[in-house]
Amino acid sequence: MLIRPRPFLAEREVTDQALYLDRRRFLANTATLAATVLTTRAGLAAESPLRTPFSTDEERTPWDSVTSYNNFYEFGTDKADPARTAGTLRVTPWAVAVEGECRKPGTIALEDLLAPSLIEERIYRLRCVEGWSMVIPWRGVALAALLDRFEPTAQAKFVGFQTLHDPFQMPGQRRPVLAWPYVEGLRLDEAMHPLTFLATGLYGRDLPAQNGAPLRLVVPWKYGFKSIKSIVRIRFTREQPPTSWNLSAPSEYGFYSNVNPDVDHPRWSQKTERRIGEFRRRKTLPFNGYAEQVASLYTGLDLRKDF
Amino acid sequence: MVPATRLRILKSAVFILCLLPAANLIWLAVNNGLGANPIEAVTRGLGDWALRLLLVTLAVTPLRRLSGWTWPAPLRRMLGLFAFTYVVLHLSMYLGVDQLFDWETIWADVLKRRYITIGMLTFVLLVPLAVTSTKAMIRRLGGRRWQRLHRLVYPIAALAVLHYYLMVKADIRLPLIHGAILALLLVLRLPPRGWVCLPPQGRWSLRRPGA
Repeated sequence: MLIRPRPFLAEREVTDQALYLDRRRFLANTATLAATVLTTRAGLAAESPLRTPFSTDEERTPWDSVTSYNNFYEFGTDKADPARTAGTLRVTPWAVAVEGECRKPGTIALEDLLAPSLIEERIYRLRCVEGWSMVIPWRGVALAALLDRFEPTAQAKFVGFQTLHDPFQMPGQRRPVLAWPYVEGLRLDEAMHPLTFLATGLYGRDLPAQNGAPLRLVVPWKYGFKSIKSIVRIRFTREQPPTSWNLSAPSEYGFYSNVNPDVDHPRWSQKTERRIGEFRRRKTLPFNGYAEQVASLYTGLDLRKDF
Repeated sequence: MVPATRLRILKSAVFILCLLPAANLIWLAVNNGLGANPIEAVTRGLGDWALRLLLVTLAVTPLRRLSGWTWPAPLRRMLGLFAFTYVVLHLSMYLGVDQLFDWETIWADVLKRRYITIGMLTFVLLVPLAVTSTKAMIRRLGGRRWQRLHRLVYPIAALAVLHYYLMVKADIRLPLIHGAILALLLVLRLPPRGWVCLPPQGRWSLRRPGA
């Protein structure tokens, strides 16, 4: 009898379930994937075949911190609340309504919404408006390609997003801390930017409820509250859509809310931030360090006025 | 038991009780129990207890007026000084650990951020009260002047609640609860109509006809 030692297989080396189940889609995606891998530094590509060049190689914030320190007011206003109380969220089945200025609106099951997309891992910095930051390995899909499938019309200038509104599943919605449901929005060109991401997982696992399961936005150059969680509605609009924190305190939270060390929040200096897990504060970078990729979106805009 | 002994035991018990929140924070820090942002957790924890102890200190007089109990009165100074201690620790966390004595940033914060402006003002106003808390200082100032100075504690407590209120982003429930408790403690100092404060306990009593 031949006995072989079992080869060590780390979780991150396991092919994503969605991919290995769908061989045809996998083949179709191979070309894109090959291009991605070729443009990625060899070391990163070897660690995860799906990692894109957008990822940072900074030290990742531990899983425990990412999943226990959350601003998700639908589950309580203390940052420890969501990890405790978000168990009431039911994420299957989940459907997303896509509507407004597009040719193919409709309500679509989450699996179908994600099916044609390439699942990627992206390690992004996340900067909270409260002056702390994390580095998070998200799993998910680029927003642009997904939105394109609904064929936004020429009238579509903005995209609005809405969180689930269900006070039974989301006990924090039983008190009017914010005007529920939570809403957020982006200019269409921001939504279509290659950095803009829809996350379905982190650290290679499905998103925990407290992190915005089953589907959340990730816009790494904006303050964290722009990255709306548990999305049930996406709407293409002509006008700038309302956004929750802007409605709550317009002088404190603008529509854009780009990370900007030069524009102070009345409550917190935005010059520095504490990276969770670190002792010393570090300098906050314009656009959270993504200026090279996104600054051109805002040429001609006075970022002090349009904060 | 001799009253003096009883008082000593009572004081020791309250002393230990007042140390427990700090001990708890140290225990959590050592056991990795402060969560993802320990500096914020300690700063806020100390601030919470500073405000709570300030409210407890302000509860001593109404408690005596309503119940006639005299035993809480000798604890008032210790409670007040513990409140001040937690304020100093809370402020030290912000200055030393959070900002690492970056005075330029700190000064900008004091000028620009209302909750920090108010917090700093609260601390500054507390200092003369802490300094004049000794028996010798009471004697030096004279009871009347000392009492007038120490009435500063009322606006100080209001400023402390305001500091908390301004710091909170959207959920103002807890600051409002603290504000309501403070308002109640202040209202309870006013004599009910037709009642007077009678020695020796200093308890509210109905004014006797002709008195």
